[in-house]
Amino acid sequence: MGNTETKPKTDAPQDAGNIIDRVDKVLASYTKDKANLIPILQQVQLVLGYLPEEALSRIARYVGVAECSVFGVATFYAQFQLIPRGRNIVRVCRGTGCYVKGAPRIIEELEKLLKIKEGETTPDKEYTLETVACFGSCALAPVMVVNDKVYGRMTAEKAKEILGRKS
Amino acid sequence: MKYEEIKKKAASQWNAVQKSARPRILIGTGTCGIAAGAEEILNTLRKELANQGLKADIIQVGCIGLCYAEPLIEIAKPDKPSVFYGNLTPSLVSEIVRDYLAGDNPRPDLALGTRGEGSIKGIPAFYDLPVLKPQKRIILRNCGSIDPADINHYLANDGYDGLARALKMKPQEIIDEIKKSGLRGRGGAGFSTGMKWQFCHDAPGAQKYIICNADEGDPGAFMNRAVLEGDPHSVLEGMLIGAYAIGASEGYIYCRAEYPLAIERLKTALEQMEKNGLLGQNILGSGFNFHIKIKEGAGAFVCGEETAMMASIEGNRGMPRPRPPFPANSGLWGKPTNINNVETWAHASAIMQKGAGWWAGFGTDKSKGTKTFSLVGKVVRTGLIEVSLGITLREIVYGIGGGITGGKKFKAVQTGGPSGGCLPTSFLDSPVDYESLAAAGSIVGSGGMVVMDEDNCMVDVARYFLTFVQLESCGKCIQCRWGTKQMLDILKDIVTGKGRSGDIELLLELGEACKNGSLCALGGTAPNPIFTTIRYFRDEYEAHINEKRCPALACKALLTYYIDADKCAGCGICLRACPVTAIKGGKRMVHIIDQAKCIKCGTCKEVCPAKFSAVTKISGTPFEVPAEPIPVKA
Repeated sequence: MGNTETKPKTDAPQDAGNIIDRVDKVLASYTKDKANLIPILQQVQLVLGYLPEEALSRIARYVGVAECSVFGVATFYAQFQLIPRGRNIVRVCRGTGCYVKGAPRIIEELEKLLKIKEGETTPDKEYTLETVACFGSCALAPVMVVNDKVYGRMTAEKAKEILGRKS
Repeated sequence: MKYEEIKKKAASQWNAVQKSARPRILIGTGTCGIAAGAEEILNTLRKELANQGLKADIIQVGCIGLCYAEPLIEIAKPDKPSVFYGNLTPSLVSEIVRDYLAGDNPRPDLALGTRGEGSIKGIPAFYDLPVLKPQKRIILRNCGSIDPADINHYLANDGYDGLARALKMKPQEIIDEIKKSGLRGRGGAGFSTGMKWQFCHDAPGAQKYIICNADEGDPGAFMNRAVLEGDPHSVLEGMLIGAYAIGASEGYIYCRAEYPLAIERLKTALEQMEKNGLLGQNILGSGFNFHIKIKEGAGAFVCGEETAMMASIEGNRGMPRPRPPFPANSGLWGKPTNINNVETWAHASAIMQKGAGWWAGFGTDKSKGTKTFSLVGKVVRTGLIEVSLGITLREIVYGIGGGITGGKKFKAVQTGGPSGGCLPTSFLDSPVDYESLAAAGSIVGSGGMVVMDEDNCMVDVARYFLTFVQLESCGKCIQCRWGTKQMLDILKDIVTGKGRSGDIELLLELGEACKNGSLCALGGTAPNPIFTTIRYFRDEYEAHINEKRCPALACKALLTYYIDADKCAGCGICLRACPVTAIKGGKRMVHIIDQAKCIKCGTCKEVCPAKFSAVTKISGTPFEVPAEPIPVKA
């Protein structure tokens, strides 16, 4: 144990032993109840940045369900990631309000800028570009979220500027 | 502590804030406010107050609904009506602090309106503004006025009076009161809330559950988020009342993970309730025990469906199951369960606070009460609104919303999210209520209202929604899993000029199959955007299919950009800006776009100086340009 989880969320690569330790630490705060499966997956992803295979089997054993069921749950929900993501998560809303106000243009521009497609991570693991069904900030459409900061009334120019500032 | 003592303490704290000799500054720090820059405003405010040596109480409040004017603050000086200022920037804040807080000039040129007793010359009354006048605020009664992280603010504004009253009544009397109010579920289907409570109340079983559906998944809707962020106790009080009436001892709030601030506010609210004896064992000494747990969603639209939501709470894939058995008899872990939407619970607390008769005085005969809507899209004043049901779409779009942005023409309003439909101009004067919208082929739904103008292509909008439902279909029913995929493929063909005659009929047929062959409302209503766009905008489908033309000039594959030889000044701006070097030309030569190279990004049109406006976007109509660059006309 003795893991001091300070800053880096997704400090890849991690060795398997380290992953198990960190997963166990999360598991310790939950009862062995199937109803806790989703909260556990959420918490483990928060700690590791994604859900590696070792983590899923560890969780399955703890909660007492088959590994395939845990895999089934982890692949059902959009929130769960089975592969490591970038240090900065750029998410563009594709909700209706954002769509009619030009979100596709923002996504296009970001794909060009980061040279990756939606859902991908830059080779240097700096950025992951994602789209989200709706952030619920529709009145400020189009909306982009970088890590947890919400930016409203986006334009392609503003998006470039914000990411320029980030790196 | 006794209820009277809790109330007394809350009232004295509230009065101390209201009657303070220091000015009060309310700032909207909901998600929308923060996205618009409220944190920067807050920091500037604190800095300026310190610089000027001024003391003021800053209170962070939820969204008041005027999202178009965010960031927004309200300044209340003693013995004066408070003044709202919107669309703030740090420099404007500095000016306001200097002029109105250090000085006594309320800056009518910057003010939006005043609230409270009295008036200030040159500033209109806030609630008389065109955006607010047609509104009736029951759900939003406290949003933007109280600190949502302080239970005393809620308690001091009639909060928990509904619960206190309910605890003195018999469960059946409460259910009768809810029935009398005529409240219908605000999550989408519009089923009688009183009846729903009755079923669960009557179901045999010692252990019962209630669930608050806060998985607001409809893209374009954020009413529930705003209420949870701005007034969480109004929802929680409703849950307590419902649990007591039904006989449930445990409740869940299923909130989507995309709403971190709402979850934080809920956690704070639950802690404060427990401290005040409003949650846990023997609530307010009545013998009623109730516990609430928060479940964070993990990003699945289908979990808004009640049986899928229960599967998700139990730790499974969120897939719906056939009904019956209905959740009222066999829900969470097989026990009787009642699920209501955030707004329904908040209405229940209002009804119990002020009485069913008062509440039923709003709305129409069959659609009683008020409803919140998120008014977004191509409308001047976007925001969160609350109106009596029965108001016309015109009053909402043109009255509250202030019309279409950029003076463009209204084309449609989309209600009910992916389950709803697009209503054309002919429905502008129809009332917004459950029956009228259903007759038009749409639904009230949870309350998303997306306004579209002449630049939006309705076939493309249908394609957009189908992309959404196809992605979100859980895959259990084949008609939904494959039907949405087939419909989406056909729509993709149509918007890219590959539509074939017979496609419209095929879409209708597939839609019918999807509607009839799906277990839950996701598949059952997935074709609605197609049905309504075909019903009201069939000409647009036909133009795409027969003429390979997009009348709204929105579908990229059907567009052509060309440079008007009579207008081009040969300045070279577009030539340099074109990302794919598709433009030929030279100094003082008319530029020409190589159509084979053009990717239709529209950059040339954007950069062409307004005084020339030489780049034209067309679809399906022929045009003439010189074959090679020629000298520009004098």
